[in-house]
Amino acid sequence: MNDSRSISIHVPVLARVEGEGALDLIIENDLIKELKLRIFEPPRLFEKFLEEREPDQVIDMVARICGICPVAYQMTAVHAIESLFKVEVTPWIRNMRRVFYCGEWLQSHALHIHLLAAPDFLGFNSVTEMAADYASEVRRGLRLQTLGNDLIALFGARSVHPVGACTGGFYHAPSNEQVKAIVTRLQQARSDANDLLHWTAAMPLPDDSQDFVSVALQHDIEYPMNEGRIISSNGLNIGADEFNAHFREMQIPHSTALYSLLHDQPYLVGPLARINLNTDRLPEDLHKLLDQYDIHFPSQNMFHSMIARAIEIRLVIDEAIRLLSDYQYTEQTAVNWTPTAGTAYAATEAPRGLLWHRYEMNASGLVEQAQIVPPTSQNQARIEEDIKLSLQNLGLNQSEDAIRLRAETVIRNYDPCISCATHFLKLSVTRN
Amino acid sequence: MNNSDQRLRVAVHKFSSCDGCQLAFLNLGEDLLTLSQRLNIVFFAEAGMMDEQSDVDIAFIEGSISTAKDAQRIRNIREHSRTLVTIGACATAGGLQALRNLANARDWVQAIYTHPEHIDTLDTVSPIAEHVKVDFELWGCPINKRQLMTLINNVALGAFPFAETDKLCMQCKRQQLPCVMVTKGEPCMGPLTRTGCGALCPAFGRDCYGCYGPAENINTESLAQRFSGIGLLPEQISQRFLSIYSHDKNLADSGLQWKKKS
Repeated sequence: MNDSRSISIHVPVLARVEGEGALDLIIENDLIKELKLRIFEPPRLFEKFLEEREPDQVIDMVARICGICPVAYQMTAVHAIESLFKVEVTPWIRNMRRVFYCGEWLQSHALHIHLLAAPDFLGFNSVTEMAADYASEVRRGLRLQTLGNDLIALFGARSVHPVGACTGGFYHAPSNEQVKAIVTRLQQARSDANDLLHWTAAMPLPDDSQDFVSVALQHDIEYPMNEGRIISSNGLNIGADEFNAHFREMQIPHSTALYSLLHDQPYLVGPLARINLNTDRLPEDLHKLLDQYDIHFPSQNMFHSMIARAIEIRLVIDEAIRLLSDYQYTEQTAVNWTPTAGTAYAATEAPRGLLWHRYEMNASGLVEQAQIVPPTSQNQARIEEDIKLSLQNLGLNQSEDAIRLRAETVIRNYDPCISCATHFLKLSVTRN
Repeated sequence: MNNSDQRLRVAVHKFSSCDGCQLAFLNLGEDLLTLSQRLNIVFFAEAGMMDEQSDVDIAFIEGSISTAKDAQRIRNIREHSRTLVTIGACATAGGLQALRNLANARDWVQAIYTHPEHIDTLDTVSPIAEHVKVDFELWGCPINKRQLMTLINNVALGAFPFAETDKLCMQCKRQQLPCVMVTKGEPCMGPLTRTGCGALCPAFGRDCYGCYGPAENINTESLAQRFSGIGLLPEQISQRFLSIYSHDKNLADSGLQWKKKS
């Protein structure tokens, strides 16, 4: 092979990710010389808009950071503010918040598997192309996505920027009849979820095991979602208020999203990290289902993220059924609260990983300063590291098309939400 | 171009936004497959259709303009599009991020980023219509699939739908919802806000916060006085006006005026 061959690939838009960014890759003599995941979505400066706002306005505004995971933003904000104000919610409110969040995991994971990720592994450019050969699988996925959206709308009136959450609880409770109808649909969806898990477990995913640190919440008994301590696979165990002492956000010239590092090292957040750290919190029957397959958690194969999403889809369907099975309509949808000055912290598990908020609040209950660390900026350094390792594993002497596809597949596998982090992926590979 | 394909050629482009209005397509469920057969979607990056340069019948635009590069990109899209339709608050009116137009954005960038020199940003955020001709606007934060399907079905028949400019109060009356301002003293933005959402907030017993944008012929001062009457402080009145549609002149003027009183 001629070492001096020089190839340049320029893809103006990376497909099937949420938002816009770019990847610069320079390969020399079959070695990666430079690799940059460039995120240049124009900064939207959200943290500044939140200043001087009241808690309920904060909840409506932070939803707008992300159209795909507004519930995660609303829940993280409300938990932070309530923990500062020492608000004790009722079991009904706590349970229904978890159901609300289950809806978001269900729709976001179903969207990611079917519309964004699976076409990579099955050789298609889009879900609509894939539907020609996988009609029933795609329809099943879209049904699950719709069910997730409907579950959000049950408590939020709509699935994008829902309007139901407030400080202290919800503005509104769904009727017993509405809940009964959705529980029936959730029960019917269990077999769809089992079939989906079976389908993803049989998918031709690359075997690409890597050494990485997983970070996720852990709750005493539950699979983590709204609550828990922040733990890592290398021994971290902290409360949300200690985040800034261990994680450092830094700016690098090629990205408008801040990088977040744990003790100055890249780390992983998201469904695979959650399962890796909470395998023992998965229900017994899910363990039994998983025993059928030769896939074991904790897993260091990043491509098992898709299977992790399918597992979590099954998990949230069961969780929503459990929490809604003895549902009773109530007028007591929110508890009263009074503001306290101080610093509010919370971390929750957005579909694509740990989401952390901090608010300095004054005695009138207005935000003085906000800091939000979204999952995608936390994964940014890990994605770069993964592309490097994954391309080396694939072989840098492979064709340009193969290298480009693998790099894009790695990026999409993280379900990056670039609007959250701040947009748009362009890939240019230069080989000297 | 394949001349035998009579379907409408469609593109969906994203600028500075949260992605939520594109979801009106991606959240269609199984109808997404029907729609993708009825339309020839040539560009829609998030869905995997990547032909950005060819001519289209409808270009849907999500997001507002905040960089010089994006200002150039929207001009290029306009040249290739028979009709151009904005979807959502950001594209139609600037969106929440236009709040920075009321402040010094440079200072804000310096407060958030340690190396602000690497951040490419214009001094203001602007809606699409300040850059190119817009043929039809879908308002809402976010838009919903009913608006989108009505638009597509109408354009397929060669017309635009009737633009919704009524105030939300009209919708509440039609749905026989009790007025949350009259019955509960909630500071409802309904009297200033256009219909289209289905009165979701009043149906949940809460105040509208104006996510569908200003209606036609609004009287901001009258509502501000009413808010003051039910006990809102000038600062609170200002905050309600200066939110998703702070780039609207009426809302901005009133909002800034009440801010001064606080």
